[in-house]
Amino acid sequence: MSNSTTEPVQPLSTEQLSATTLLRFATAGSVDDGKSTLVGRLLHDSKSVLTDQLEAVERVSASRGAEAPDLALLTDGLRAEREQGITIDVAYRYFATARRRFILADTPGHVQYTRNMVTGASTADLAVVLVDARNGVIEQTRRHAAVAALLRVPHVVLAVNKMDLVSYEESVFARIAEEFTAYASELGVPEITAIPISALAGDNVVEPSSNMDWYGGPTVLEHLETVPVSHDLTSCHARLPVQYVIRPQTAEHPDYRGYAGQIAAGTFRVGESVTVLPSGRTSKVAGIDLLGTAVDVAWTPQSITLLLEDDIDISRGDLIVPSGDVPEATQDIEATVCHVADTALAVGQRVLLKHTTRTVKAIVKEIPSRLTLDDLSQHPEPGRLVANDIGRVLVRTAEPLALDAYADSRRTGSFLLIDPADGTTLAAGMVGAAFAASAETDADAEAAADGDDDGWDF
Amino acid sequence: MTTVATVTEGTDSPYALSHLDALESEAVHIFREVAGEFERPVILFSGGKDSIVMLHLALKAFAPASVPFSLLHVDTGHNFPEVIEYRDRVVAEHGLRLHVASVQEYIDAGTLRERPDGTRNPLQTVPLTEKIQREKFDAVFGGGRRDEEKARAKERVFSLRDEFSQWDPRRQRPELWQLYNGRHAPGEHVRVFPLSNWTELDVWQYIAREGIELPQIYFAHERDVFQRSGMWLTAGDWGGPKEDEEVVTRLVRYRTVGDMSCTGAVDSDATTLDAVIAEIAASRLTERGATRADDKLSEAAMEDRKREGYF
Repeated sequence: MSNSTTEPVQPLSTEQLSATTLLRFATAGSVDDGKSTLVGRLLHDSKSVLTDQLEAVERVSASRGAEAPDLALLTDGLRAEREQGITIDVAYRYFATARRRFILADTPGHVQYTRNMVTGASTADLAVVLVDARNGVIEQTRRHAAVAALLRVPHVVLAVNKMDLVSYEESVFARIAEEFTAYASELGVPEITAIPISALAGDNVVEPSSNMDWYGGPTVLEHLETVPVSHDLTSCHARLPVQYVIRPQTAEHPDYRGYAGQIAAGTFRVGESVTVLPSGRTSKVAGIDLLGTAVDVAWTPQSITLLLEDDIDISRGDLIVPSGDVPEATQDIEATVCHVADTALAVGQRVLLKHTTRTVKAIVKEIPSRLTLDDLSQHPEPGRLVANDIGRVLVRTAEPLALDAYADSRRTGSFLLIDPADGTTLAAGMVGAAFAASAETDADAEAAADGDDDGWDF
Repeated sequence: MTTVATVTEGTDSPYALSHLDALESEAVHIFREVAGEFERPVILFSGGKDSIVMLHLALKAFAPASVPFSLLHVDTGHNFPEVIEYRDRVVAEHGLRLHVASVQEYIDAGTLRERPDGTRNPLQTVPLTEKIQREKFDAVFGGGRRDEEKARAKERVFSLRDEFSQWDPRRQRPELWQLYNGRHAPGEHVRVFPLSNWTELDVWQYIAREGIELPQIYFAHERDVFQRSGMWLTAGDWGGPKEDEEVVTRLVRYRTVGDMSCTGAVDSDATTLDAVIAEIAASRLTERGATRADDKLSEAAMEDRKREGYF
């Protein structure tokens, strides 16, 4: 065990703390893959588990007759979770190093909680998929990879855990890494980093392992600290969903009319020609207020207030886009949805569809297929989707919506389906093709045999 | 003015936001969503640092217009005078409307009874929930952060409450992307937590960066205190000290601001924001572990209070 695992890291200086960026990531792993241990170690070694929290864990563990503190008690926050010894819901954890602050979506690994994994992955820049080195890539691993690919998480880390139990053998790691990388690449996961670790012993989690001299890559923490979070925004479609119209109507600001929103994608500049959807009216950006400061350019995910040269009718739910890059509006949406509610989603059902700041009436026209995450096989025309199902849907909306493909913009390509009766969130939707890439696989061959040649786009 | 030269991958990208800018942008987005979708939102305002940061964010979110929400303070009757003074000054300065739900009034009316341990924190739930019902508030902003407590780590940004304000952790809506679903039936409301993803340190760094004024009890000062359950409590006419408890004068400050009967002071010589930030960064105790007696009542104390409607 490396020394760093027992001593907390040095507190950070004020200067170190203020210049850091934020990385959101999610963890996924089966029940006994050691996810809690890995999370516990990252929190512990970054000084995010404090004395009183550890004491509480030790106290409860001892009162239950356990020999060692059960680190899972740190993360299982609900009575039911502690009683059953399982994690039933996503929890968010926070830790920091000198280089970065982290928001960790800690998602349960059970198959029946696919919706929680989807929830965690929806805001993640990176997903850590854990496997047990003794078991290698199993069905659950493939499910996790598929969810990461579906949600278009930009970076995926394969953490091959329990390397201590396979004598730190390079060949074991290499075989698992190769199999996983091949599978995830086929799904279109853009970047995969495989790291051999032992969360229990601390190998390659924070400190490089002396037990695996053959591994020359980063530790888990090092990778989390250095992985790029920003993308090339110049190639993104610029989109500003209008949240709220700011009109002070005061003596000081009699004519101020600003369109407040968080830039969903791309950049906006003063002087740029813009089009407002759905009306199609055009104007020019007269000014951009970045929470009280005038700027000439702003980008995602900044919350801004846009001022236009012309006084045109704009309200919440409208979308402001560059005039040269106007998305097509449609009333027929083809998407992949993950069903998150306990009540089913059926063909013919009337729902509400929330896209950016706009909520419209909609009807589920078709459910062409349901996906089995285990082998990515598709079941045609299931008729309905139940909790944790992932399927293709065709939805007809009462009004045209300007949507982007989820592949182009996670923010303007995503939507919720809501039950109009009680407001329940029914499903999370992603517009366009399900997976980024298609490839020849067994599942594909099966699909082809069923007379469907859509490949991964089930 | 901001200029963008080249776009490079990595943390050096000119498009990368600092973590405080990212958190600020997210919180502002949440405030504006509520303003756009709800009829009668209100901000829970205690005069503590989290609610002060919330108000600051709301002021920025709607500038140059005024904040389209009123404030609600649950007054336990055992508040720090410095905090009440601060509260009233801020309300006047920004031309805001303040609602007060008073625990003392409930006790005087015989509706609530004083607890044997003297703490009034758990008594806040009834005045709070009744005020929400009476005023028909449909969105109630709270300064709760997920890093505070493990039950809070499970809370959504938009947390649906029934007509009794109850929280059912098993019936929470999954929260995907930045698409917050605030739909609710009449009588129900949504608790909204714009600071969900902030840590104690983020709050302090933001206060320092934005130059936000705080009540002076957050900084080291000499105070008459006595020890109870391992915490330094302020001596006062709320009911402390008891006969066997000795009052001493110590150099202390507060990490949280709540009811005097259960909020402890910490030994500190931090008189400036920088000193406070350095102190918190080095602390081995959580904010609540160091200063809140009511969270130590049981392992699920916070979860149980939240279920009943506590914020």
